[in-house]
Amino acid sequence: MEYLHGHYNYWIVILLMMVGFYTVISRGNLIKKIAGLNIFQTSVFFLYISIGNVTGGTTPIVADGFEQYSNPLPHVLILTAIVVGVATTALGLALVVRIKEAYGTIEEEEIHNQDESL
Amino acid sequence: MIDDFIDITLLAFLAITAIAIIRMRNLFAVIMMFGIFSLVSAGLFVVLDAADVAFTEAAVGAGISTVLMLATLALTRGHVEKQPAHKPWLPLGVVIVTGIALVYGTVDIPAFSDPQAPAHQHVAPRYIEQGQRETGVPNLVTAVLASYRGFDTLGEVTVILTAGFGVLLLLGRRRLRKTEEEDEQ
Amino acid sequence: MTDNLILRVIAKLLIPIIVLFALYVQFHGDFGPGGGFQAGVIFSVAFILYAMVYGLETAQRVIPESVLRLLASLGVLIYAGTGVATLALGGNFLDYNFLAANPIAGQHVGIIVIELGVGITVSAVMLLIFFTFAGRGQS
Repeated sequence: MEYLHGHYNYWIVILLMMVGFYTVISRGNLIKKIAGLNIFQTSVFFLYISIGNVTGGTTPIVADGFEQYSNPLPHVLILTAIVVGVATTALGLALVVRIKEAYGTIEEEEIHNQDESL
Repeated sequence: MIDDFIDITLLAFLAITAIAIIRMRNLFAVIMMFGIFSLVSAGLFVVLDAADVAFTEAAVGAGISTVLMLATLALTRGHVEKQPAHKPWLPLGVVIVTGIALVYGTVDIPAFSDPQAPAHQHVAPRYIEQGQRETGVPNLVTAVLASYRGFDTLGEVTVILTAGFGVLLLLGRRRLRKTEEEDEQ
Repeated sequence: MTDNLILRVIAKLLIPIIVLFALYVQFHGDFGPGGGFQAGVIFSVAFILYAMVYGLETAQRVIPESVLRLLASLGVLIYAGTGVATLALGGNFLDYNFLAANPIAGQHVGIIVIELGVGITVSAVMLLIFFTFAGRGQS
């Protein structure tokens, strides 16, 4: 029971990661792939923030009356990762718009067929 | 006790939203569910004591990412995803194998929120105890981001600038109709 | 006009509050949650709301794209320029202790200046990306 209580967070995060992963590799629509990629990224952020959490600790802002603080280092890493993630998403969506203009569709199979018939 | 209850409820909401994103075929609804996913995950970050991260995730995920996806949907004009042609047994198999491997990797991980975990031992106590004294800033996340690890933040800002350049290069000045007229000539 | 009336009135009320909140988050990032990234995104959201309610051309007259490109590069220049300034004053790259007489004051100055650079770049780039996406499909 103690073991379950200490680990269920990680298992649900892994479930979310796998849902995002499945969306990326099994669906053909490009916008859905990008949404699945973002789900994957967000669940990886959960993993890191869960590692940085401390029982009885509080947000890492120094204030009177608090002794235990959560680890600020994962927060910094994930802050950077979130912003880089939105930069990648913006570029990916710009590519989707160009693909639509070039091929006329954003379904992966139709794009593949058009490429193979050349 | 109530903390754990909120934690489990929010995680359950997240799982339901993620599964709904896979199953739905109307793309507009998928993007809205994605915005809900970002907002609920921002709430979960607050429960996990990460205030700055929650702030950024709410602003960036539920704000900018959703708006950009809606703009892309308006530009690509395809509102319903096509039914996938083959049965998804291979992707399901790959995903299950990867999931089992990852769960096997978390068997030895230190328990959730254990203060004696190795993640809290090496550099973090120095940042927590001397951060305010050395930088004069109470917010330890800002102190680490801007002062102790300022070089990484410089790289991050450059990445944002490069993404802006990339989008400008891809979708820059030339309009859609003008390109078609040039092709016809 | 009447079918957008509620949107226009509410936007006019909300946009100054959003800009004020963005400035608060930027300069209070030292004492509470916040900092350059969050403030930059919130600031750009104010202008995105304006562009959505009043039209893209009106928003591009308020902030032309050339100004946005200038601002985006200016933020990174401020950030890296602080590093070069600390080099010139005798320390390592981005060693804020040399920016003022007192090391703690130097750290304060350094952190505020680079967060300003980050905020300027993030807001300009988010606005640029939105304007580019929104202006694409029109002839």
